[in-house]
Parts: sequence; C-alpha cells; structure tokens
Amino acid sequence: MAVSSQRKWATGYLIAVVLLFITYQFLFPWDGLPMGIYDFLQLWLPPMAVNESLVYVICALGLNIVVGYAGLLDLGYVAFWAIGGYCAGWFMSEFFYMVNLHFFGSVAKVAPGIHVNFWGVLLIGGLVCAFFGILIGAPTLRLKSDYLAIVTLGFGEIIPQVFFNGDDIGGFNLSNGTKGITILDPIPAGIKNIGPFDFGYKFIIFVFLAFVMIFISLRLRKGRLGRAWLAIREDELAASMMGVPLMQTKLAAYAVGAFAGGLGGVAFATHVDGVYAERFNFSISIFLLAMVVLGGMGNVWGVILGALLLSWINSTGLPAFGQTFNNRFGTEINFPSFTFLLFGLVLILMMLYKREGLIPESRLRLILHEGDVEEDLSAKESK
Amino acid sequence: MKATVEAKKFTGTRGQVRRKRIELSGAAIIGLLLVVWLGANLIKAPTQFAQVTVLGLRNGLLYALIALGYTLVYGIIELINFAHGDLFMLGALFSSYFITIWFHQENSNLAGWVTFLLALIAAMLFCGTINVLIERLAYRKLRRAPKLAPLITAVGMSFLLQFIGIKWNGSTPRQWPTVIPHGEYVWFGVIISQVTIILILVAAPLLTLLTFVVNKTKRGKAMRATAQDQDAARLMGIDVNKTISFTFAIGGALAGAAGLLYQQSVGTTNYNLGFQLGLIAFTSAVLGGIGNLNGAVLGALLIGVVQGLNDGLPIALGQRWSQTVVFTILILILVLKPAGLLGKATTEKV
Repeated sequence: MAVSSQRKWATGYLIAVVLLFITYQFLFPWDGLPMGIYDFLQLWLPPMAVNESLVYVICALGLNIVVGYAGLLDLGYVAFWAIGGYCAGWFMSEFFYMVNLHFFGSVAKVAPGIHVNFWGVLLIGGLVCAFFGILIGAPTLRLKSDYLAIVTLGFGEIIPQVFFNGDDIGGFNLSNGTKGITILDPIPAGIKNIGPFDFGYKFIIFVFLAFVMIFISLRLRKGRLGRAWLAIREDELAASMMGVPLMQTKLAAYAVGAFAGGLGGVAFATHVDGVYAERFNFSISIFLLAMVVLGGMGNVWGVILGALLLSWINSTGLPAFGQTFNNRFGTEINFPSFTFLLFGLVLILMMLYKREGLIPESRLRLILHEGDVEEDLSAKESK
Repeated sequence: MKATVEAKKFTGTRGQVRRKRIELSGAAIIGLLLVVWLGANLIKAPTQFAQVTVLGLRNGLLYALIALGYTLVYGIIELINFAHGDLFMLGALFSSYFITIWFHQENSNLAGWVTFLLALIAAMLFCGTINVLIERLAYRKLRRAPKLAPLITAVGMSFLLQFIGIKWNGSTPRQWPTVIPHGEYVWFGVIISQVTIILILVAAPLLTLLTFVVNKTKRGKAMRATAQDQDAARLMGIDVNKTISFTFAIGGALAGAAGLLYQQSVGTTNYNLGFQLGLIAFTSAVLGGIGNLNGAVLGALLIGVVQGLNDGLPIALGQRWSQTVVFTILILILVLKPAGLLGKATTEKV
C-alpha cells in the first residue's frame, strides 16, 4: 500500500517535471504560442517562480529531517541557507580577486578569484553547513526542546549579521556587506554552461537536487538512523533506554538537515546570481517551518506539497491574485503585505485543528493528538 | 590495601563533575576577559563609561518590563511566548495613537502629563486584554499537546501580531512627538536625562507592585501553586484556567507599560520592533533564570548595561554588532549554565 502510493506520487511528480520543462524550454519562447496563454503563464507561473519553489523544496526537506523526523525545533534554519549561499559567493565568483584559484571551474583560467566547479561547491556548501550544524548542535542538543529552539534562533540571527557586517572584519572584507557578492560562475553541465537566465536547464538541475533530497529523506527514514530519529521524536527517554544514542542521533539529524540547507543555499545563490545579506532574515526560517507544518511534519510528499504551495503563493500567487483582483474591481489593496497574516494563520490554524498537516504521517497523528482524550475528559468533568 | 579503599566524598557522577569543571572554567575565562575589557575602557574613558552605564541601565529597565512577561508565562505553563515581543510593539503603537492621534497631545504640559498617565493605564489594559485573548483562543487548547505544538502556535501568533503592526503603523518606521520632557541634568560630568528619571518613576512602582502581587496576595499564591503543579493546584480548589489568564493579563499589562515608555522615550515605532526587543528581553529572562522574577530584572539590567557598554565604549565592537553580542551571551549561558544566574538547576521531569 505504502509503496504503491509512493510510486503514484513519484510518477505524478515526474510527469509534472517533464511537462513543465517542455513548457518553459520549448513552448515559452515559441512564437506561435497564443498571446493569451503566454500572458497567463507569465503572470501565474513564471519560470523564475518555479525554480525558486524548487529551492524551497530542497530546504524544506532538510528542515523536515530536523523538525519532522527528529522532532527538534529549529528556528534558525536561514543561517545554513546563508552559509551555503556565501560558499557559492566565495568559491564561484571573482570576489577574492587577490587570488587566482581554479578547480574544474567553468570560466577562463585567467579570471581572478576562486572558481570551483558548481558540483564541488554544492559539496563544500553542504559540508560546511553540516560542520556548523554539529558545532551549534553539540553543546545545545542536551537542552530542553524549547531552549534549543531559542539557541537556533539566536544562531540564525548571528550568522546573517556577521555577513551583513562582514565587509570589515578586522579590515578584511569577508562578505562585501550590504552590497553582497554578485555575478556567479555559470553551472557546468557537460555539453554547455548554464548561465543565470537559462531557466529551463537550471530547472532540471534544481529538480535533480530536489530528487536527491527526496531520495535521501526516504532512504534515511527507512534505515536504522531514521527509525532512531522517529523513536527520539516519540519518546526520548524510552528511545535512550532501548539503546539509541541520543546525542549522536540528534547530531546526525542536525548535520543532515544543515547539509540540505547548504545545498539550498548554493542553489538559491545560483538562482538569483548572487548573495545578498539582507535576504537572509528570520521570516525565511519561519516560512520554511510553515511549509513543513502545512504539508505534514515527517511526510516527504506533504512537505514538498507545502513548500511548492506556500512558495508559489508568496512569490506569484498572492501578487498575481492581487493584480487581477485590483484590476477587476478597481481597488488598490496591497496583497503581498498579507503574507505575514497568511503564514501566521497557517501556523496557528494548522496547530489548532490539523496538527498532522495536509498529508499526514500516520504515526505522527497519533502522537500529536495524545493529550486530546484527557482534555475531553476534563472538559466533561467541569460540566 | 585498606588505605586505597578510602571512602571519597560523593561529588556527583563523573559526567556531573566534568560538566561542573567545564562550567567553572568557561565562567572563569569569560569573567577574566570581561574584567580586562572593562578595565581597559575604564582607564581610557571613565566619564564615558559612567555615561553608557546609565544609558544601559535605562534600557535594561525597559527590557525588564518585557522580560517579566516571558518569565511569568514560562513559569506557569512552560511556554516561550514568542508573541510577547510583538505585544509590546502593539503597546507602543497603541500609546502613540492614544496620545498623538486620539488626544492630540504633542507637548510636555499638564494636559500632556494627564494623557500620559491615562495612556499608561489604557495601554496596560489593552495589552493585558490582548494577551488574555491570545491565551484563550490559541494556547489553552494546546496546553496538553506536545511541546512543539504551542511553540509553533506562538511563532504564528507573533507573525499575526506583526501583520497587525504593519497595517497599523505602515511598513516603515514612524516618528511621533512625545509628551514627556527631554531635558538633562549633569552630575559629575555624566548626563542624566529626564527621560531616564521618568522611566525609573514609572517602572519601579510597577515592579514593586508585581512582586507584591505574586508574593503576598492570594492570587499570587495561586499562581505559584499552579506553576508548581497544575493538577495538584486544581485539587486544592484553585481555578487553574483563571489563574493562567491572570498571569497572561499581568504579563501583557507590563508589556503595554513598556510599549508606552519605549514610544515616549525613543519616539519611533516600527512593526518589527517587537521581534528585536522581544529577543533581547527573552535573553534577559534566560540570563536571570527563566521563571524567576528577580532573575528577569537582574538579567535585563545586565543585558542593558552590556549592550550599552558595547555600543558606547571606545574599545568595543560597536553598535552594529549589538545584536550579535546579545545572542552570543544567550548561547553562552544556555551552554554553560542553562538554569541562569538565579534559577535553580532543574532536571527534566520524567
């Protein structure tokens, strides 16, 4: 049952991917496309938004491992995103112009700066993030869950601020401050290099990364580590009694989650062709959390759905709806400003009425509604 | 043989001893660095040192009012109320509207003073009511749910309040006229503004009143009992729901007072004000030992002073690293001494 439904999901996603690729790579630039359809697509589903939502899918899947699988609340996930992004900025641009380092780069050998191959940078970004994940996790993971949330939140505030102020750390320009690092190397992909505006091919790369994350998530969950995570999430004490090493298991969740954050960061940097410190703010952490919560904590397909849905609403759906609505009724309502309301309501209402998410994971539903029976009883008593 | 089996005094398991050692050495290193840093600055610029300390204490008082809200709520239902900082922001907005737009007071005269006092009461009522409503509508239902659920709800609530802030204030900072005087006294070369004095005059009685309510009244006793054990408190005839509502009301009222004081002393409001100040206040509460009222005040004053010193001293990281300094303190405390300065070390209940 589980396998067949998963296969159904996978087939569905594959068909959607192929259709989207054909649409944007061949249909979109085609002159014969009726203007109405072109405008409709440009307004409601521009290629930029599709790629961005895939970046969110990658990150949300990483956060899902920490929050959904291991049950540790991480409110500073944006830090990993930022670190990954700056890894791309440092190793794929002319930013460090004083050195000239090439490692299978995609630009001419004479160009100054560090130029590492995109696939190498993905690995570097992921590993650096995993390192930071362990670094922040090791001393804090023995704290109670809500303290952990706060430490991660503080970490998520510190890292972007370091990059924000990083144009002068003891006289050294680490991050170019508010100006950010722009113009990254194109992505080498065998036959051709993928520049910043090759949305179609970049789409394929992002889809590939998302598939890697889906694969990792599903495989890990079935394995020993994944079962240990679920055990910790459900009852830490019982898990440790059964011989699950708490620290190592939690650290593993942190490291894998951070690795995914790094991948997402590198992907996002290539998506916008640069890194800008002010983009890495707290609301991104919450945004990702809302995706995981909305879709269903612990359920890979749910999280993907949540990520696609919310990122589409945020980047395209809400502004496009606002534009259409305002044109139709002659109003001037600023719809994008309602994103705060939207995320807030998603988090609150999901927690109050459907804690297990849109596509629930059966095990989690049982745990999350553990207290409800008692509550009903006490309510009856008081009547 | 017998000499080697000498009974040692039990000082804890090996892990506990090691932890204590880590804690002590960490505290020693940090203390040493602090002394060196403060000493260097004191020698270099003594007047400036005193000046920034006064400023820091003033901010610390403001943080204390907010931190108490965190600590009260955490003490009673073990929830980090993320929305509390944003409640403070709403309090600041409410005060600005109350004084400037609804009562048209822009100068420091008798009418201005009366409005200020009215605004204090109104803002406290306003924020207290909102906090009670939040608890009633969102948190109460989740009281027995797993920890993750109310925490996520609180984050969502924070966003909801920020949305109200955006709609009410606009998305850019807004300047307001103030009704409290902005004169200054000079005392041994240290400037003490009238704002500081007013802040003390308003905050000190509130803090005293709070201590009185919690420690001396029947309601306070009920609060402490509920914090210890909800079920036992219920068996003793305490209305737990009402007590928790009351706690939220007090926390909200303090946030409202802080909002008014902040708005009147700084004169600017912004929708994301609550996020930053809320985090600083929360750090203060953790520093002092979350759940401990005196600890929250002590922590807030300390954080205020540290922030003031960092922002204003000649040998320091400067204002642009202010947040980083505060969060680093937070992380260090949680790592080295999670119970805080005045908090009792508790093991996780099983």
